Amino acid sequence: MLLLFLIVPLTGLILLNLLSKKAAQGSAFGFAFLIMISQMVLSLLIGSSMLNKDMDLFGSFFLIKLTANPYSVLMLFTIGLVSAVALVVGKCSNEGDNYKFNNLILIVLMGMNGVVMVNDLFSLYVFLEITAVTSFILIVLYKKRNALEGSFKYLIMSAIATVLMLMAISLIILTVGSLNYSDINLYVAKLGGSLPFPVMAAFVMFVSGLSIKAGLMPFHGWLPDAYMSAPSSVSVLLAGIVTKIVGVYTMLIVFQNVFASDKRFGTILMIFGCFSIVFGAILAIGQKDFKRMLAYSSISQVGYIILGIGIGTPLGILGAVFHFFNHASFKTLLFVNATAVEKQTGTRQLDKLGGLASKMPVTGGTSVVAFLSAAGIPPLAGFWSKLIIIIAAWQALEYSFAIIAIFASVLTLAYFLVLQRRVFFGELGEGFQEVKEVCAGIKVVEIVLASIIVGVGILFPFIFDFIKSLGLL
Amino acid sequence: MSFSDITSDQVVMILVLLGIVISAVVAVTVRDLLKAAIALAVTSAILTVIMFIMNAFMAAVFELSVCTGLITVVFISAISLTRPKTKEENVKIEKHKLRRFVLLPVILIVVAVSLVLLFSKLNINWAVLTGTSTESFADILWKVRQIDVLGQIIIILAGVFGVIVLFKERDVK
Amino acid sequence: MTLVFYCAIIAVVLLLIIGFASLLTSRNFIRILISLEVLMKAVTLMIISVGMVTHRIELTQSLVITLIIVEVVMIAVAAGIVIGIHKHYDTLDSTKLRNLKG
Repeated sequence: MLLLFLIVPLTGLILLNLLSKKAAQGSAFGFAFLIMISQMVLSLLIGSSMLNKDMDLFGSFFLIKLTANPYSVLMLFTIGLVSAVALVVGKCSNEGDNYKFNNLILIVLMGMNGVVMVNDLFSLYVFLEITAVTSFILIVLYKKRNALEGSFKYLIMSAIATVLMLMAISLIILTVGSLNYSDINLYVAKLGGSLPFPVMAAFVMFVSGLSIKAGLMPFHGWLPDAYMSAPSSVSVLLAGIVTKIVGVYTMLIVFQNVFASDKRFGTILMIFGCFSIVFGAILAIGQKDFKRMLAYSSISQVGYIILGIGIGTPLGILGAVFHFFNHASFKTLLFVNATAVEKQTGTRQLDKLGGLASKMPVTGGTSVVAFLSAAGIPPLAGFWSKLIIIIAAWQALEYSFAIIAIFASVLTLAYFLVLQRRVFFGELGEGFQEVKEVCAGIKVVEIVLASIIVGVGILFPFIFDFIKSLGLL
Repeated sequence: MSFSDITSDQVVMILVLLGIVISAVVAVTVRDLLKAAIALAVTSAILTVIMFIMNAFMAAVFELSVCTGLITVVFISAISLTRPKTKEENVKIEKHKLRRFVLLPVILIVVAVSLVLLFSKLNINWAVLTGTSTESFADILWKVRQIDVLGQIIIILAGVFGVIVLFKERDVK
Repeated sequence: MTLVFYCAIIAVVLLLIIGFASLLTSRNFIRILISLEVLMKAVTLMIISVGMVTHRIELTQSLVITLIIVEVVMIAVAAGIVIGIHKHYDTLDSTKLRNLKG
């Protein structure tokens, strides 16, 4: 059943390209959109246990074994959601022929689905590489100067990360003998605290490789450049889901399945998490470009997720995954707003923008919702996930980390207030008299995302009960 | 581990490993890019021989046809498409290379000697040295690692689209 | 067998040094691609020698085959980007590209 998440986009892609050129170009958008909506629906059905995920549809034809726990099903839903958003944004805001974008986004979809579902370290690498290579191509879709440069930097960093990860994989074959998550888990559990040196070196190298691919601190150097120079719909996709799945979710997988939630690595993760939270927020405050500020804010928010993973208790992991979903929704919404602003006004510089709330009410209103959720204001969704992470830190007796997280929330509020005031409120910027609201597709997307944020926030107590009933806590 | 009972097989292997390091140094330090691409092809060929000696026949064939063939063709076409146009460019590019000819081999020899000394005192009892290969190669590739094959198909499709995006000239509006 | 493994590890380390040194000091984009290739060869050699010494040569062969395909796609995309940069800037000198910070 889980194999459908990979087979359906693949057959869809192949069939789409077998059609005649005109038919293919016309139907590419609808096709891709349909596939993403069906991914969301399917993951919801599996998540609420209406469909049994172990149902074997292919018999003995395919021997591929994929696994999914409730968290990865949520990931699949988020992947479908953000990809659909990026697809619609692409239709409305991409110049020229959109056919290649629609096809490439299906491949990124397959790559990310694979990352969440495999249970083997090398297959994880293969699907990470699929996502990375397709991202390089997506960034240079229009072959602008900056895009080529940013993508090349990303490529080199990704290749270095590849080398690190593959060396780690060969060391693991040498010492453990197998690359399955469960086998490595058994090995680590059996040896307890005295892992031999090559195994420790392998884990450190693997995690470093993942951090480089994801743009986590301190390897975030290539991230803002690659995001800024990409076309708008691509930066929505990259910032909204790709970087997070590639870096953060794989960190969760490695930490849970491989490290078996070891305390020492947990502390390292918590330190890196807090580092990211504080430094991302500080770097975000001084930015002059709308999207660049959002990129640094992403680094900060991802720090919260890493902190939650590092805490290691079930509550901490729940907070991390929930914040992952919230960040996907509010950051995607903010990037969509930035795209709308850029499309209608032609600029992203904060000094030049201003007072757009009167001209673009939907964009302005939804950005307020997103910003409140990001800053952790009740009753929106972001408040709940940050609260859970802070409570988890407190319960695990890590008081200093909890205090840093609370303090950084204030910083987050600060830079988002600056952003809101500069872009949407205050005086109308020069030459913006004619600015109208953006096209209908983007408006619908903004409203949908905002309602998800509000809905999840208000309905959270019920969601919490549902999660308890799943036995995750 | 004593040096007195080295068989001729092992001597061949050591010579081949030396060869790959030398051709890699050549690929990286030579001034002319075409010669560097050919040195890279030679490196791939020697890697094929190494894999053959280690009984990895399928991978050796793959490496030979793909890396020595396809990637070298990609490199040579990329080099041909991006030749510097003016003479000044050519001269400037060549000036900075002299240091590297001396520095790199010295570093490599130092590292190699220190590693040899390190390894003679090392024991690797943490390694899994006594596995048994129960399944044949075909079984492993097509049954155990089927997910990788699916990944290969997907990444080849991605590569096809990448080539279309990057190499197709934009239509004149 | 172990002697050969040790020699292979030494070769892998040397290749990694060659690759990283060249990657960090090269100014020409094509030479950067060549150093990426040398790094991938190093990793391939490592995987194969580990497979030889642990008697899991079939597993590592499959890994290497997949890795070679990934490598080809990566180099093809990278070459395309380099050609694109050349079209825009008319140079292959990486120090000339200062458009983006850092």
